[in-house]
Amino acid sequence: MNQLNGLYAIWLREVKVYFREYSRLIGSILTPLLWLLVLGKGIGASIDENEGFAGVPYEVFIFPGILTMTVLFQSVFYGLYIVWDRKIDFLKEVLAAPLNRSTVFLGKCLGGVTDSMIQVTIIIVLGFFIFPNLEYTLQSLMLVYLYLFLLAVIMTSLGLIIGSRMDSPEGFSLITSLVVFPMYFLSGALFLKKSLIDEAPIIYWLTAINPASYAVDAIRYTLIPEEIFLEFGLGRDLTVLIGFCIFLLALGTYCFKTMKL
Amino acid sequence: MGTITTKGLTKKFGKLTAVDDLDLDIKEGEIFGLLGPNGAGKTTTISMLATLLAPTAGTATVANQDILQNPSKVREHIGIVFQDPSSDDILTGRENLYLHGLMYGVPRSIIPERIDAAFDLVQLTGREDDLVKTYSGGMRRRLELARGLLHHPEILFLDEPTLGLDPQTRKRIWEHIEKIVKDRKVTIILTTHYMEEADRLCDRLAIIDHGKIVALDTPNALKAQVGGDTVQMEVSDPERAAKELDKLECVSRCEIRENRLDVAVKDVAQNLPKVFAAAGEIANFSVRNTTLDDVFMHYTGYDIRDEGAEGTAKHMQRVMGIKR
Repeated sequence: MNQLNGLYAIWLREVKVYFREYSRLIGSILTPLLWLLVLGKGIGASIDENEGFAGVPYEVFIFPGILTMTVLFQSVFYGLYIVWDRKIDFLKEVLAAPLNRSTVFLGKCLGGVTDSMIQVTIIIVLGFFIFPNLEYTLQSLMLVYLYLFLLAVIMTSLGLIIGSRMDSPEGFSLITSLVVFPMYFLSGALFLKKSLIDEAPIIYWLTAINPASYAVDAIRYTLIPEEIFLEFGLGRDLTVLIGFCIFLLALGTYCFKTMKL
Repeated sequence: MGTITTKGLTKKFGKLTAVDDLDLDIKEGEIFGLLGPNGAGKTTTISMLATLLAPTAGTATVANQDILQNPSKVREHIGIVFQDPSSDDILTGRENLYLHGLMYGVPRSIIPERIDAAFDLVQLTGREDDLVKTYSGGMRRRLELARGLLHHPEILFLDEPTLGLDPQTRKRIWEHIEKIVKDRKVTIILTTHYMEEADRLCDRLAIIDHGKIVALDTPNALKAQVGGDTVQMEVSDPERAAKELDKLECVSRCEIRENRLDVAVKDVAQNLPKVFAAAGEIANFSVRNTTLDDVFMHYTGYDIRDEGAEGTAKHMQRVMGIKR
């Protein structure tokens, strides 16, 4: 019971802080809009969408990818707060509480996941108005949230793990960028992965070991149910993402247990 | 029970020994001071006792629980006020305390009344719902003091509770601490390098330097050990004067600082003529009562410390610089 209350307290703190820092909210909505409207329209205007995308406009095609992108970046950079909290004494206040390190990790993780979920909700709502052809039903939305949630858990854990090992914010940003940019570009957010099988098999192989690929795959097929967009299959997507979640939650707990202050 | 016992508690950071084979016995309900220069190992000791840092060797029992075997049990019985601000400045005072209550297992139904009592104790009533960033440094300290007590710990650690505060606020915090001890039976472990603070608050204190205890007793006993009041004299030939003064029975200690002598003299009123006679030609003199400052300087030397503890070579230099 105490652990649950503690978990709730850590989560509540993150959510309260999130809603009091408006700049974070605004900044993180602007970037996806730029990607969708400028890059999406721009590239869409110069390619023939009937050929590879079953007539789906390019900006619509990348919409699921941009949702994924938002979760990728938002979640992983959340780990930066751990670096800051450790530099000042704030984290000590939490670590000195009679809570397990796994509770602390889980609370922080859920806090970051909540931030990401609020962010994507705004983009999903915007998508509803900008792209009326997307498949928005109760069932599809629940599936989208499920996959985004799993990806958010993975990326927040990853951010917290890196954050628990880094002494400086600069170092954190550097390492995180080295991880998250390849993950983004290799996720197939901006292209169809299966077209790589013959052209560049190594890159295809890299996309297949990237958890973000499975989120893109599932969300794209859910929101745009065209046979051509089905790559790994929803069941396999779910299994892979849950596997990554379990592994990273365990690793994160270990990292918090052995974290230096 | 709010007692602390350490046995051979040691912490090494690489080659540096921050805490060296520390044996302490802190009784229930006392205010125990840990004094020492910067980098002496005070905060490291507290971090180990609060189970935030694992010792390299040795162990300790805090509130009857072993810090290695039962860290979370230890944490249930302690409260800490950290050296640096650790409250969330983007949350209100009340929110900070509420979250603390939840994390420390205070039943949700009684958290509100505890919060009111805590704000009352540190006289912050009326500011509960303001964001902490609108608080002054002193108010923030008081809030953190209130927070440290919210879950009714048996032992409270205060790491430099008045660092960087003005004299008025400092006094106020001392009064709060005294009130806490009077109202509730809380054992307090306090680190500080303000001697005035230690003298006023502590029942007993340990002076630590380079991770080791160099003196441990009540403030009065420590002052008595240094040996009477201090006569400062400017003399023409300090070396010779020191030699003469050392022969006197009433002189317990004589230290040379350039051309000035610091002489600890017992029963100064009666013995002053003897001292003057031995000192030779005197340009200037003053007499002052021994304070904990003298005790502290006596045991830790006069060098200015860097943040980290230093090596043995420097330590030896300093020890040899003091003439007895």
